[in-house]
Amino acid sequence: MSPDPAKAQDAARPHLSAARVLDIDPLLDDPKTRIVVCCGSGGVGKTTTAAALGLRAAERGRKVVVLTIDPARRLAQSMGIDSLDNVPRRVKGTEGGGELHAMMLDMKRTFDEVVEAHADPERAAAILANPFYQSLSAGFAGTQEYMAMEKLGQLRARDEWDLIVVDTPPSRSALDFLDAPKRLGSFLDGRLIRLLTAPAKLGGRAGMAFLNVGMSMMTGTLGKLLGGQLLKDVQTFVAAMDTTFGGFRTRADATYKLLQAPGTAFLVVAAPERDALREAAYFVERLAAEDMPLVGLVLNRVHGSGAGRLSAERALAAAENLEEPRIVDQGGGKAGLRNSPDTYGSSESPASATPAPDDGSPASNDDSPAVESDSPDDSSPDADTNADTERSVDQLTAGLLRLHAERMQLLSREQRTRDRFTARHPEVAVVEVPALPGDVHDLTGLRDIGDRLAAERTELS
Amino acid sequence: MSAVYPQPLAWPSAGLVSLEGVSRLQVVSGKGGTGKTTVAAALALALATEGKRTLLVEVEGRQGIAQLFETEALPYEERKIAVAPGGGEVYALAIDPELALLDYLQMFYKLGGAGRALKKLGAVDFATTVAPGLRDVLLTGKACEAVRRKDKSGRFAYDYVVMDAPPTGRITRFLNVNDEVAGLARIGPIHNQAQAVMRVLKSPETAVHLVTLLEEMPVQETADGIAELHAARLPVGRVIVNMVRPRMLDATDLELVRTVPRSSLAQALSAAGLGGARRGGNAERLVDPLLRQAAEYAERHALEQEQRAVLGELDLPLHELPLLAEGMDLAGLYELATELRKQGLS
Repeated sequence: MSPDPAKAQDAARPHLSAARVLDIDPLLDDPKTRIVVCCGSGGVGKTTTAAALGLRAAERGRKVVVLTIDPARRLAQSMGIDSLDNVPRRVKGTEGGGELHAMMLDMKRTFDEVVEAHADPERAAAILANPFYQSLSAGFAGTQEYMAMEKLGQLRARDEWDLIVVDTPPSRSALDFLDAPKRLGSFLDGRLIRLLTAPAKLGGRAGMAFLNVGMSMMTGTLGKLLGGQLLKDVQTFVAAMDTTFGGFRTRADATYKLLQAPGTAFLVVAAPERDALREAAYFVERLAAEDMPLVGLVLNRVHGSGAGRLSAERALAAAENLEEPRIVDQGGGKAGLRNSPDTYGSSESPASATPAPDDGSPASNDDSPAVESDSPDDSSPDADTNADTERSVDQLTAGLLRLHAERMQLLSREQRTRDRFTARHPEVAVVEVPALPGDVHDLTGLRDIGDRLAAERTELS
Repeated sequence: MSAVYPQPLAWPSAGLVSLEGVSRLQVVSGKGGTGKTTVAAALALALATEGKRTLLVEVEGRQGIAQLFETEALPYEERKIAVAPGGGEVYALAIDPELALLDYLQMFYKLGGAGRALKKLGAVDFATTVAPGLRDVLLTGKACEAVRRKDKSGRFAYDYVVMDAPPTGRITRFLNVNDEVAGLARIGPIHNQAQAVMRVLKSPETAVHLVTLLEEMPVQETADGIAELHAARLPVGRVIVNMVRPRMLDATDLELVRTVPRSSLAQALSAAGLGGARRGGNAERLVDPLLRQAAEYAERHALEQEQRAVLGELDLPLHELPLLAEGMDLAGLYELATELRKQGLS
C-alpha cells in the first residue's frame, strides 16, 4: 500500500470538468439509503469498492452488511468471511459506532435454503436429490445472478441492517443479474412448465388446438433431444417446484421492484480503460431503461502526478539531454561536458553510487539483480569516481524523467477515455479513486480506499 | 470435481491430431480485465500468418472481437475480418446460443418451423439460459464442429480455431459442461453430442491458455484455474502475461534512488534544462513528485517480481506481452501477433 496520503496525488490530478462529482458520504449517511448495488465488468475493483463502501458506512455509524460474490482470498480472510457458511458475520476491527457484517454468497446453499424454507421436508428432500436440480443449483447460467438477488431479498426482509451493500457477479453479459431472476421466474411459472407438468390438462381446452399441436410436437422433440430420462428428471423437478413455490415469478418480481425502490442506489464501477468504460456506458443505459436508480460512476485506479505541469514530451527531451553527455562520459570520462558542472565534486558520494553497469538503456529488460556485484573500474581515480557518480545520477534522473513521461502518457490516455464517457453521459456523477501500487487486502487498505472515494468532494469545496 | 491432481500435461503435447505440434483448438481464458479477447485475437492473427486460415470464436455475446477489429457487430455467421501477413486469413464468429440451438435442431431433425414454435413457447429461452449447461454445450459444440469441419477436398476448413472463452473462474465448468450433461442426459442425441465434444476438448487437439496480469488476484486465479483444469483433465497450454509494463528503472537506479541527495537530482534536472535547482526553483520542485513516482514504481516492481515468481512455479511455458503505450488498436493487435510469433506461440 502506498504510504502517500491520497491527497498528495489528488492535488495535481486534473479534475473532472464537465461531469458532476459524486458525493459518497451523504449517500452512505442518508438513512433512506438501504441498498447499494455495485455493478460493472470484471476486474475493475467491484468487490473492493463494495467492501470499502461498507466499511466506510459502518465507521460513520451505520449497521451494514456487505454481500460479496467472489472476493479475493486475502480480502475475504481479512474480513473473516473466508469460511463460506452463507450467513453474515460481524467483521472485527472496525472503528466508530456502527457495525460491519459481511458474507460471501454460496449459491448452492442459498438455493437449497429456498427449497427447504418453502417445501415440506419430504418434498424438499426429493427436490434436493433430483439430478436436474443439483446441476441447476451448482451454478449454471444465471443461477449465481439469481441467487445473489434472492439473498439480497432475504437480507432486506430480515431488516436487521440499515444498509446492504451488494457486489454483483462477474456476469458473462453485464446485466445478467437483472435478467436472470425474470428469466428463471418466467420459466418456472410459464407455459413451458405447465406443459411439462400437465400436458393432458391443456389438451382438453377449446381453442387451444393449435398450441396443443405445437406442444405435443415439442414434448416429443424435447424428449428426443434431452433423452427420456432427463426429461423425466426435469418434469419431476418442475412438478415439485411448481406446487411448492406458488410462483417463482412473484419472488423474482419482488426482488426486481426492490431494486427499483427509492432506497436503492446503483453504482457503476469502472476503470479508466476503453473496454471497462464502454461496458459502464452500457450499464448506465440499461439501468435507465429499467428504471433502476443510478447514483453515479466510481472510476477506480485513476493515475495522477504531482508533477503534472511537466509534459511527457518535455520530460523525454530532458532525459535525452542527460543521456547524451553520459555517452561521451563513457568514451573518455569527460565530465566537463555537463551543462552545469558545479558542486557535484563536493557532494558526498553515497556508498551505493557505484558506477552503473553499462547494460544498455535505462529501459533495459534485464531483471538480473546481480548488477551490484559489478566491480568498479579498477583504474578509476577520484575524479573518475565523481564522474561516475554524476553519470549514475544523470542516468537515474533520466530514468525518473522517462518514468514521468510514461505516467503522463497514461494520464492523458485515461483522461481521453474518461472524457469520452462523460461526453456521452454528462448526467452521470463521477467519483475518481486514485490508483494504488499494490492490492488491498486488509481493513486499513479498505479504509484508505474509502478515504479516496470521499476525498474528491472535500478538495473541490 | 474430484480432488485428484494428475501430473501436469507435458507441453507441447505430442502432435497427434495437431499441425506442427500446435493444437488446433486454442482456448483463451483469463480473469476479467486481463485482456483475454485481445490476446485471443492476436493469437488468431499470429496463427494465420503464412497462408493459414483461422477462426476466432466469441461465446459471450459481448461483441468484443468486432470492437477490436473495428468492424460492425458480428452476426451469427463466419466472416473474414482480417488478413494476416503472408496471405493468411482470420475469420470470426460470434456464437449466439439461441441460433446455435435452432441450427442444431435444423441439422439433426430438419425442424425449421418447429424451431420457431419452440421459440414461441419459451423452450429456446429455456434451453439456452436455464437448462443446465445446454447453453455451454451449444457453444463448445459449435466451436468443436468448426475444428472438425472439412471442405470437399477433405482438408480442414480452418487450420486453427481460437476461442475467446469465459473467464478463468468459469472456464473449467464451461469446458467440462459436456461431461456433466452427458451424465445428466444418459442417452439420446444430447448425450452423444456432449461426449463427442468432450473427446475433442480433452485431446491434445485442444490447449487452454490463461491470460493474466502481474497482479496478485489474476495470478492467484490463474493458479487456481490451472489446478481445476488439471483436475478435470483438460489440456493446459500456456500462461500469457499481458500488459507488461516496460522496465523504466534498473536495479542500480532503484538502489541509488533511495540514497541520492535531493540536491544532486535537482542539479541534474536543472542541467537537463528544467529550470532552477535552488530551493523553490522549477527543477527543485520536480524532485519530490519524481521521487514519489519512483517509490511507487519500486513498490509495484517488487510486487510484479513476486508475482513472476509465483507464475514461475506453475511449471508452464510463460510468455509476456508488452503494454502498448498508445492503448489497444488494430495496429497494436498486429504488434502483439508478431510478438506471439516471435515467442513461438504459433
